[in-house]
Amino acid sequence: MPPQRKGAAARVSEDTEDLTRHPLQAILLADSFATKFRPITLERPKVLLPLVNVPMIDYTLAWLESAGVEEVFVFCCAHSKQVIEYLEKSEWFSQPNFSVVTIESHNSVSAGDALRLIYERNVINGDFVLISGDTVSNMSLTQVIQEHKERRKKDSNAVMTMVIKQSKPSPITHQSRLGTDELFLAIDPQTKQLLFYEEKTDSYRGIIPLDNALLGDNPSICLHNDKAGVSLGFVFSVPDCYIDICSQEVLSLFTDNFDYQHLRRHFVKGLLVDDIMGYKIFTHEIHSSYAARIDNYRSYDTISKDIIQRWTYPFVPDVMFSGNSATHLEREGMYRASEIEQSRSAHIGPFTVIGKGTKIGNNSKISNSVIGKGCSIGSNVSITGSYIWDSVTIEDGCDIRHAIICDGVVIKSGAALEPGVVLSFKVVIGQQCIVPSYSKVSLYQQPTVEDSDEELEYADNSSGTVDSSITCTVDTLNREMMSETPASQLGPGGVGHVWSICEGAHEEEWRHSVAPSPADKLAEAIQSLEDDLELLNLDGNALSVSGELKSGRNGTDSEDDDVEDSRDDSIYYEKEVEATFLRAVNENIKVPDVILEMNSLRLSYNMTSADCAGAIFYAMMKQALEIPHATAGELRKSAASIIDAWNKLLKFYSKEIDDQIEVIMKFEEMCLESVKEFSPHFSQILHLLYDKDILEEDAILRWADEKKDAEESDKVFVKQSEKLIQWLREASEEED
Amino acid sequence: MHKIEGSQATARQAAELLRSVISQQRVPYTNQAGALIDAVRAVGEQLIAANPVELAVGNIVRRVLHIIREENLSLATAAIAGLNLSAASDGDDDDDGERDEHTVLSAAAVAAAARSTLRPPSLQTLLEDMPESATIPHTTSSGGDSEGKSKSADKSSRTRRLKHDIIEAVNELIQDITTCHEQIAEQAIEHIHQNEVILTLGSSKTVLEFLYAAKEKRRSFRVFVAEGAPRYQGHLLAKELVARGLQTTLITDSAVFAIISRVNMVIVGAHAVMANGGVIAPVGLNMVALAAQKHAVPFVVLAGSHKLCPLYPHNPEVLLNELRSPSELLDFGEFSDCLDFGSGTGSPLLHVVNPAFDYVPPKLVSLFITDTGGHNPSYMYRLIADYYSADDLVVRGRIASGKLSSDRFCLLYSR
Repeated sequence: MPPQRKGAAARVSEDTEDLTRHPLQAILLADSFATKFRPITLERPKVLLPLVNVPMIDYTLAWLESAGVEEVFVFCCAHSKQVIEYLEKSEWFSQPNFSVVTIESHNSVSAGDALRLIYERNVINGDFVLISGDTVSNMSLTQVIQEHKERRKKDSNAVMTMVIKQSKPSPITHQSRLGTDELFLAIDPQTKQLLFYEEKTDSYRGIIPLDNALLGDNPSICLHNDKAGVSLGFVFSVPDCYIDICSQEVLSLFTDNFDYQHLRRHFVKGLLVDDIMGYKIFTHEIHSSYAARIDNYRSYDTISKDIIQRWTYPFVPDVMFSGNSATHLEREGMYRASEIEQSRSAHIGPFTVIGKGTKIGNNSKISNSVIGKGCSIGSNVSITGSYIWDSVTIEDGCDIRHAIICDGVVIKSGAALEPGVVLSFKVVIGQQCIVPSYSKVSLYQQPTVEDSDEELEYADNSSGTVDSSITCTVDTLNREMMSETPASQLGPGGVGHVWSICEGAHEEEWRHSVAPSPADKLAEAIQSLEDDLELLNLDGNALSVSGELKSGRNGTDSEDDDVEDSRDDSIYYEKEVEATFLRAVNENIKVPDVILEMNSLRLSYNMTSADCAGAIFYAMMKQALEIPHATAGELRKSAASIIDAWNKLLKFYSKEIDDQIEVIMKFEEMCLESVKEFSPHFSQILHLLYDKDILEEDAILRWADEKKDAEESDKVFVKQSEKLIQWLREASEEED
Repeated sequence: MHKIEGSQATARQAAELLRSVISQQRVPYTNQAGALIDAVRAVGEQLIAANPVELAVGNIVRRVLHIIREENLSLATAAIAGLNLSAASDGDDDDDGERDEHTVLSAAAVAAAARSTLRPPSLQTLLEDMPESATIPHTTSSGGDSEGKSKSADKSSRTRRLKHDIIEAVNELIQDITTCHEQIAEQAIEHIHQNEVILTLGSSKTVLEFLYAAKEKRRSFRVFVAEGAPRYQGHLLAKELVARGLQTTLITDSAVFAIISRVNMVIVGAHAVMANGGVIAPVGLNMVALAAQKHAVPFVVLAGSHKLCPLYPHNPEVLLNELRSPSELLDFGEFSDCLDFGSGTGSPLLHVVNPAFDYVPPKLVSLFITDTGGHNPSYMYRLIADYYSADDLVVRGRIASGKLSSDRFCLLYSR
């Protein structure tokens, strides 16, 4: 019997194992809830936009399948019909061990709404992967999920694991690569817990408000802090992959906090700020594998090129999706599908993808570009760094640089597109027309209110109807001009509306465009960073973040920054001490209570008792200065009385010789810099402190010894107190 | 398909898949073999398209097609042999399309087919086939008659038997693939001698088994393993060898030339062996082969029969190389500033190329050891003729290449 029972027990344990094992699920948000890809996204959802001739959602789904996800819920909102139609036609619905379920919604306006809706459906029953449909990755999920599960076992509050990508700490590279805002994260290097999250937005330009608790842990690059027992890694400009491993609680959290809209801005920051529930977010850093999200045209360009350069292997054109149209990789990173008609004199440069059935005429030059299926390109056309989708006609002699050209566009002969142009579906560009850089052309008119899709109406180019709800004068002007002569801007025979760029957004345009950022703009950006740094150096109250960035770029040791940091900190700290002391004086708080307060300040700023003594002394002297005084003698008297009154407090912090030396040094520094009034009384006050037993003679003598080798200017006060020192020396000799 | 690593595993899976295709395929009464071939071909086409780099898949598809043809032929010839008189006269009328196809077979294929028919046909076979073979001309000439019932019964039995035989043969093939390591390893003792120094590069299961077999036979020798950058599979091989008690030295790939003068024999695995005796092998092996030639060190390639590819390396059907992810070479994070597309001209100055394979020309190979024994590179075409039928060299029905295939070979070296 025993063996049988054993077997039964084993079976039971297996059963429980089976019960706890859920198929790995994923929520794929097939809507970015953003307008960065307008005007293209007015006609087609972002996830169906081709990325190197394959819709973005296919990359995400293929990755999820290869990573072992068994059930995917595709959440469709904008253009949900198109997404569902596409998925039905594709082979994703017929895959074994991989089910795709679509969830349709028409009134969700944010990721938060989407997750709340999914929570209501009650389909998620375990940990899940949360991803948006525009993510390209080839990372392996097994390790992250394993880590997440283990963490959950230990701590049920670890609800989420964010995937971040290791990157060089150079803000310029990051911005120019992905065109996203900089991101600042504070991560505990041991536990990988996310402690702080901040997107760099204009309001926070250069200054990151870190709360005291974090400042207390001194968030410089992996500075080990023995007292607090933690060391913090401060990671800058980390590309966030927007791949999250979440526990079920995340969905209910979204439901509980109905104001959470944005995944990062609201949810992550909300969790980090809210310390009542104690939910924790952890991070997982990937090194060699690839993960990135297409957020804007800039990242569209960068990720396309990463795919062509095969960083996303095996999700590259010649390996993935080779079933429908086989693409072959040729020399110098050239991908060519079948049935291409190419003139012998046409030159196709490196890193180019050419889709099936495309025709290329004589003497045309194509480099660094992606060309879709069934395009026809005339002769003497030059195309660089552009993304041309399916069935585009480009007539002879066109010059196209760094543009995105959607399906069915016709570009008549001799037209030129300057860098950064986006042509939406079926636009026609007339002969010899030059489209200025960063312009966006669509058959649709620009909606006046950015966020309301309902107001979009198809306006054909002949109608002169002007929307009544025009508020912006610039808009009105543009619109009138456009509706009167819509073709004139796009040359003879041109069809489409040029979208005006809002005044504010114009300067940001280069950041998000497909065109490479102009050198002068980059230089400006670097300059502005340096300006920020200078500004911060003057204003010592804030933690200098840009300063650290700068050092990272220059490759210098981060030690300078640490010093800088601690100086900033100490100035901040001194002010706090001063305020506390002032309050103590005014409200007659007893010395032990003040000590208690000072102690808490000291701990939160992580200061030594020497710093503390210095700061308190500084505050006392300041206080003495505040008391109205007519003559120098009175000043000395008031100082003496304050020292007398707060004798105990100062003594508490200056028990050691080192602390006392710090007090002297601080006093010296004060007399030299901030409170020059005290300088004549230096030796007297020093003597007073000695008499009051605050300073021991050893401290004074050692201070004098230290100053021996100093510069002449530093010796002023040593000389001033020569007599006292002399006397002390003699006294000690006598004692010996 | 891309998830399966290693040509042996892929080959076995492909064979198993084709076996299930054959067993599920419902065959019509006439031209059963033709229907099976079409079905296998259709699936095979998809399989090859799914992973064009793994040549073993194509090889297995061709082997299975060859098996179908052979079995069909053997049944037919058995029947013919059974009633030589009527078959000789009716041969022309036989509407089985296979006949016509086989008439254009190469001499080698006919020889192979003849070899397979050497199995003595059982009495039952003869008895069963006699009326069946006779009915074919009968029905074609005079239409339906009273024999309908018995004919269909015969047909179905023949169909079942054809399928049965084919599946049996495919099982044999799967068996061959599974045991190819042991078969090759059996020959180790003839090639590795006492106190020799063997050099290998990267990791190959076949090489591991081969070396271990020699060690089992109490040969003592030393192994040098070149690490095989950038995937460093040599590290794994070294680990395995040490775990099995072989004296192993790990070197960098670049140290191969320095070490080659001390080496008695180079033994490596292959990705595929082409019909001309050229080898597609993990990257770095051409360098090793050249070093071996310089110092007149024998360069021995171990390859299971599933790696023998009936194509020539200049064939546009053959995708010779695969460029893998640059992340195997360098860390994306560390080099992200070199890959900035957003500034300057929009194309980065750094380009990372990571080819997976090398082509070693036949003149650099001293000996092939397959599961059937050692062969000279110049003999490979003959060996291949035994395994494949010439009709199956092009699996794909329609050839879409041709026009633009002038520089199809995206290899790094120019030949």
